[in-house]
Amino acid sequence: MKSICFYFQVHQPFRLKTYRFFNMGHDHYYYNDFENSHIMSRITQKSYLPMNDLLMKLIKKHGKDFKVTFSITGHAIEQFEAYAPEVIQSFRKLAETGNVEFLAETYAHSLSSLRSKSEFFKQVEMHSNKIESLFGVRPVTFRNTELIYSDEIGEMVHEMGYNLMLTEGAKHVLGWKSPNFMYCNARNPKLKVLLKNHTLSDDIAFRFSNHGWSEWPLTAEKFATWLADLDKNEDVINLFMDYETFGEHQWRETGIFDFMSSLPAKVLKTKKFKFATPSELEKELQPISAIHVPYPISWADEERDITAWLGNEMQNEAFDKLYSLENQIRNCNDPEILSDWFKLQNSDHFYYMCTKWFSDGDVHKYFNPYNSPYEAFINYMNVLSDFTIRVDEACSKSSGERIMEKAEDLGKQISKVARKAVKSTATKVKETIETTKSEIPSLEHIKDLSNAKVKAMLKEIDAQNLMYAIQDASDEVRDKILPNLTKSAKAEYDRLSAEVKKIKKTDIAEARKKISERISKLLS
Amino acid sequence: MKVLMFGWEFPPHISGGLGTACYGLTKGLANQNIETIFVVPKAYGDEDESAVRLVNASDVLVDSTDETYQEFWKKITYLEIGSNLIPYVSPQEFARIAEENRLEGVDHQKKVTSTKFEFSGKYGTDLMAEVSRYALVAAGIAKKMDFDLIHAHDWLTYSAGIAAKKITGKPLVVHMHATEFDRSGVNVNSNIYDIERRGMEEADRVITVSNLTKATVIEKYGINPDKIFTVYNAVEPTDKEVYEVKRHVKEKVVTFLGRLTMQKGPEYFIEAASIILKHDPNVRFVMAGSGDLMNKMIRRVAQLGIGTRFHFTGFLKGADVDKMFLLSDVFVMPSVSEPFGIVPLEAMRSNVPVVISKQSGVAEILKYALKVDFWDVHGLADSIYGLLNYNSLSETFRKYGKDEVDSLKWDNAAYHVVQVYESLFK
Repeated sequence: MKSICFYFQVHQPFRLKTYRFFNMGHDHYYYNDFENSHIMSRITQKSYLPMNDLLMKLIKKHGKDFKVTFSITGHAIEQFEAYAPEVIQSFRKLAETGNVEFLAETYAHSLSSLRSKSEFFKQVEMHSNKIESLFGVRPVTFRNTELIYSDEIGEMVHEMGYNLMLTEGAKHVLGWKSPNFMYCNARNPKLKVLLKNHTLSDDIAFRFSNHGWSEWPLTAEKFATWLADLDKNEDVINLFMDYETFGEHQWRETGIFDFMSSLPAKVLKTKKFKFATPSELEKELQPISAIHVPYPISWADEERDITAWLGNEMQNEAFDKLYSLENQIRNCNDPEILSDWFKLQNSDHFYYMCTKWFSDGDVHKYFNPYNSPYEAFINYMNVLSDFTIRVDEACSKSSGERIMEKAEDLGKQISKVARKAVKSTATKVKETIETTKSEIPSLEHIKDLSNAKVKAMLKEIDAQNLMYAIQDASDEVRDKILPNLTKSAKAEYDRLSAEVKKIKKTDIAEARKKISERISKLLS
Repeated sequence: MKVLMFGWEFPPHISGGLGTACYGLTKGLANQNIETIFVVPKAYGDEDESAVRLVNASDVLVDSTDETYQEFWKKITYLEIGSNLIPYVSPQEFARIAEENRLEGVDHQKKVTSTKFEFSGKYGTDLMAEVSRYALVAAGIAKKMDFDLIHAHDWLTYSAGIAAKKITGKPLVVHMHATEFDRSGVNVNSNIYDIERRGMEEADRVITVSNLTKATVIEKYGINPDKIFTVYNAVEPTDKEVYEVKRHVKEKVVTFLGRLTMQKGPEYFIEAASIILKHDPNVRFVMAGSGDLMNKMIRRVAQLGIGTRFHFTGFLKGADVDKMFLLSDVFVMPSVSEPFGIVPLEAMRSNVPVVISKQSGVAEILKYALKVDFWDVHGLADSIYGLLNYNSLSETFRKYGKDEVDSLKWDNAAYHVVQVYESLFK
């Protein structure tokens, strides 16, 4: 018996308001509340509530035979809480039936998996906490933003403790292989991977109302026949799509709700299928093969890659600038800054900057508040500039980082002084050698001298200069010099070099003081 | 196919944008195997150039010994008619002067400079008579020549086009490069408006240089949309040598280049400059050009107290224009009304990113340009700021903008014009 796995993605970004450069420095509120609340209430009425009702009815009708899966982003939940709390109630009721699985993903619908492991882990943790607090169950299956997946990301996901991840059945990755089986990660076979059947998924999500499509109109009967005609050895058909497909991308008038309400009965009647959630499939199915994905794939556009978000210079600059703040923010506890940090990571901001209009322009325009990718970029960069100013002020560097930086500075100073000392020592050595030998000498010539001569020379050089001088010298030179030191000079040398080594560990202020004293002594 | 074309000027006697456009178009048509008989009123050549010459349209160099040029002339018959009409800018200038005449009566003569006075005195009240005389001569030519259709460029030649059509019964195409509303804003000269409307009504096809102009023609002139076709202008690829110009200021430079008239929106550029300078004083703004709003603009800059960062160059031409582009980091065209707008294309060709108003025809075809409403000075300021500060944006524009402009070829425009011609015989 084959399984059908329906998974719906629920996400709404916090769209930015028009933020001019002259707002920088004094206006720290970045979001278009009017538009965000307007869009949220519209989709709630047109899609979320009626579709939740429909699924509830289907669950009541078919009992355990009908199951669905959701992934709801943290920012969608925040906006439900603010603008449409009834949607959360309605999802709760669905959760209580036990026929619904909720997936884990990044809280901010972010692209952090492509840049920062620590940020990625942090956001997944945040999201799971939120889902658990709302629906009482901690997610056990992972889906990444826009179904982005690579061997490396899969490895990280397993490291977080997940045994199953969802992604796109991208043609360029699968080749002749079918997406209708369980696969596993190429580096770590313990992570199972379920692949979206993009033909059948997109028949519903994109082509359903397209009158130019040869299969239009798509009926539940027709779709059930297609499912029944699939190779009987295949295990699972993954139908992954945006939840807004129902009622928003495909309006009610297209018949999408009727299609969905009659589909389960039509499919179950054949007795060839059952509906299953990803975690059930994880227990039930064994991977037939590993899937090799060296470069990230996603479910977007014809290319099924990440160029919709990181495909041009502007997207890359914005992305780089944003994540350059990560280290500073890690030590920051300001809740407002953290909240903005997550909202600015939303992948949608980068999607609006996409310049590949020609093939996929229509989808990109959907819910896009900007007239052009350039406007999107300028607006985002203005916001990011103000955010950077705030981060610099509020999350000034931690004491640990400050010590590290000062240590680096000191290190540089020391080597500068040392270079000077090497020069002066070398001159002295040269003079000494000149009195004993006629050829042109250098520090390296020490190794050719007799021990007596070295001893004689060393008497004229103080330990401090010596220490600096042989910091960069070869071991041979060092071996020649050190045994020839007088006891007191050796002791002094050891004391100084120990102090140089200790600098990173000991109190920086004191080291700095000592060094600066020494520097002034050296310079005088 | 053979076309009888009426224009104002033609190479090598180019002095305005229309001459450049006509040259480009006929060259493109020649490549499509269309023969052209080009009729122009003979220009005197001693006009006050600073008053009549468009700032930036002088970049087509015509070498009459050039082989392709010789080849081109085989397909062109060129006729000059003795006439007092002066090319291109004269009707605008004339409309303004005529308007001043109407408003101010005789006093006007004392106010204008002596050259201007001569100008208006010589051609002033006679312009409409000249148009009629040109039409008369045109009708005579049309009778003698053999051709398939008539193509008339801008209102001055419409009467000639109509006359030729009446005499021969051949179809007429009129080409709207600019409407009286673009030239005069709200103070429309009703005589010119009437000639334009009549020309388009009598025409079998109307070609507009943008959908913006098409909309004006439909809304303001009541012309049947079914016979209007938009054919965008193009630019000739330039072989000009790129030379380095040493920058003497460390600040970034933002440039406005065009006539200082109401239609070009210079005041919006000044307001945007003031907004930017409040935030970041390390930018310089240059306003290149002259016109009737010059003094008002200088006063406004003084009023805003941004004079140390805002500079007027006066009228620029030839190499100075190229130099200005080479010194610029951003070019701005905030036109209130611009049928097409060729200057931003020249800026892009010099690798300068541009901000243009949505109220310009060229905004309809450019991808690598920031577009704002002319009145939205905050949006304008923000666009300029973005190009100055976010490198990947200006780099993107520099990288792809030149290619985009180079792809706007007269051969393509001519192809579309031929399609309009062919639609007449189906």
